[in-house]
Amino acid sequence: MSYKDVWILGEQEEGQVKLVSYELLKRGRALADKLGVDLAAVVLGKKIGKNGIRELIYRGADKVIIVEDPALEFFLPEPYVNTIEDLVNKYRPEIFIASATTTGRTVAPALAIKCNAGLTADCTGLDIEEETGNLIQTRPAIGGNILATIKTPNHRPQMATVRPHSNKPLESDASRTGEVIYETVDQARLKSRLKRLEFKQNEEEGGNIQDAEIIIAGGKGFKKDDNFKMVHDIAAILNGAVGATRDAVDLGWATYPHQIGLSGKTVSPKLYIAAGISGSVQHLAGIKTSETIIAINNDPEAQIFQVADFGIVGDLFEILPLFKQKLQAVKKGQETEEIQGA
Amino acid sequence: MKVIVPIKQVPETSNVKMDPVTGTMVREGVEPIINPLDLYAIEEGVRLKEQRDGEILALSMGPPKAMTAIKEAIAMGCDDGILLSNKAFAGADTWATSYVLSQAIKKTGEFDLILCGERATDGDTGQVGPGIAAWLDIPFSTYISKIIEVKEKSIVIERMVETGYEILEIETPCLLTVVKEINYPRLPSLRGKQRARKMENQTWGPIDVDAKPENLGLKGSPTQVVKISKPQVTRNGQLLKPRDEKEIEGAVDRLIDFLKEKEIV
Repeated sequence: MSYKDVWILGEQEEGQVKLVSYELLKRGRALADKLGVDLAAVVLGKKIGKNGIRELIYRGADKVIIVEDPALEFFLPEPYVNTIEDLVNKYRPEIFIASATTTGRTVAPALAIKCNAGLTADCTGLDIEEETGNLIQTRPAIGGNILATIKTPNHRPQMATVRPHSNKPLESDASRTGEVIYETVDQARLKSRLKRLEFKQNEEEGGNIQDAEIIIAGGKGFKKDDNFKMVHDIAAILNGAVGATRDAVDLGWATYPHQIGLSGKTVSPKLYIAAGISGSVQHLAGIKTSETIIAINNDPEAQIFQVADFGIVGDLFEILPLFKQKLQAVKKGQETEEIQGA
Repeated sequence: MKVIVPIKQVPETSNVKMDPVTGTMVREGVEPIINPLDLYAIEEGVRLKEQRDGEILALSMGPPKAMTAIKEAIAMGCDDGILLSNKAFAGADTWATSYVLSQAIKKTGEFDLILCGERATDGDTGQVGPGIAAWLDIPFSTYISKIIEVKEKSIVIERMVETGYEILEIETPCLLTVVKEINYPRLPSLRGKQRARKMENQTWGPIDVDAKPENLGLKGSPTQVVKISKPQVTRNGQLLKPRDEKEIEGAVDRLIDFLKEKEIV
C-alpha cells in the first residue's frame, strides 16, 4: 500500500481542541490541495468535545481520526507514540505535521524513530516540490543565522514540526463536511512507565507570552530591576503580555517563562514592542514572525531596527513614560466615546 | 547510580558571523564549545553523583576535535568519556545520530539514567534525546526543570510545559532532557582539568558499536539538506531620530498614530 494524505496532530486539553490544531490545519490544507489528497486531523484524549471535532472540519480537515481512552487524557510519551505509530501503520499518511509545542516536540522525534521516518524540527515554511511531490521544509538553524531547506526523499511519512503561532488558522467554514473516524488501540499499547502525579498551573504575572496578541518586551537597556516595572505598566494598558531578553532574565528582572528568543520562547504576536533590546540574532529568531514590530533603543545601529516596522532612536526613560501617558489618554478617550455612543 | 550524558560540540553561535556572499558561517575564530544547554545535563549528573555515589559517562559523536568537549565534561566532574568519531558517521541527521548514540549506550552496559540537554544551539532540533529513548525503548520525558526525588526504581521529576509544571514519576532506566531552569552549571575545576588531561582518549567507530552501515552518516539519514540560504529579516520600517524634547513628543505621537493605523488602539 502506498502512502497518501496529509495528517496533522491535533492537541487537546480537558477534551477541548487547542488552537495549535487549527493553525496546523491551515498548513496541512495548503499541502493537501497541492497534492490533491485528503487532510486528516488526529486527536488523542480521554473524551474529545464534539464542538472541537466539528471545528476541525470547518477549519480544513477532510477527516478527523479520534482515539479516546482514559490513558490518553494527558500527554504521556509512550501511549501517545504507540497509538500514533499504530495509526500511521494502518493508514499510511505521506506527510505528518505536529506543532512544535512541548507535546509535539516530544512525540514527533520518538515517532520518527519508530516509523523509520525523517523529521524536520521547527519548520517555518512547508511546500510541495512540483516534479516529485516531495515535502520541502524550510527551517532556521545556527542561531537563526541560516535557513536550511530540507527534503526526505525516500522515507514515509515525511514528518515536520511547525512553530506554534507562526500562522493564523483558516476562517471557520460551517459549510464544510468531513468524516469522523473513531479508532481503538490495544490496551497493551497504552501502558506508560511514566505517570502524571499532579499539575501546577503557572500563576505568573504578565500573562502567557505564546498566546498573547500583544507583547511588550524589555532588555538590558532598562538598567535595573525597578525600571522594568514600566514594561508591566504598558503591558497592562495594552492588555498584553510581558516579554524579556535572555539578559533581562539572567539579571533577574523577569522569570524564564517570559524569555523570548532561541533559548526561550518563539512568539508570533500581532504586535511586538521591543524596548531597550539591541536585537541579538537569538532574540530576533524568536520574534521574526511577529506581525508588527516596534523598537525603541538609544543605539541607532542596533540590530533590532533591521526588523522593526516602526522604530524610535532615543532614551527609553524619556520615551516610555510619555508613551504610557499618551496611551492612557487614548484609552480613556475611547472609553468615554463608548459610553457616549451607548 | 550510573548516568550517561550525551553531549555535542557546537560552534559558539552567539557572536557568529555570516559571509554575506556565500551565506555560510565564517568558521575562522569561532571556537567550538560544549553545547551550552548540555552543561545543565552534565551538572545535574554531577549533582546526582555527589548526593548518592555513582558514575557518569560523557558520550559524544563528532569529528576528532570533539574530544575537547569530552575532556571538558570530565573536567566538570564526569568520570569517563567516549567519543564516537568516524568518517562513516559524518553528515548524520538526528535519526542517524540517535541511532549511533543508542548503539554506543547498549555497548556500555547497564545504566540508570540518560541526561540530555534540551537541544543543541546549532541544529536546534531537540530530537536526539527522544530519539535515543525510542531506539532503546526506554521511558523518557522532556523539558525537565527539576529532579525532585530519586527512588529505588523511579525518579520524581518536574516538567515545564506551556501553561505550568507537570509533576511526573518515571521508571528507571530512563532518559530525561533538561531545561536551563534545572541548575547553575559549575565551571571545570583545576583538579578536574588535570584528571581530564591525564585520561586516555577513547574513540569508537562503527564496528565498536555494532552499527549497521546502512544506518550511518549522510547515507543513513532520512532527511537531506538541499539548500542553505540567508534569512531575509529586514523590514525597512520607518525610523525616527528625535533630537530634543519636542521631537520626542512628536515621535511618540506618531507611534500612537501608527498603533491606531494597525487597529491596536
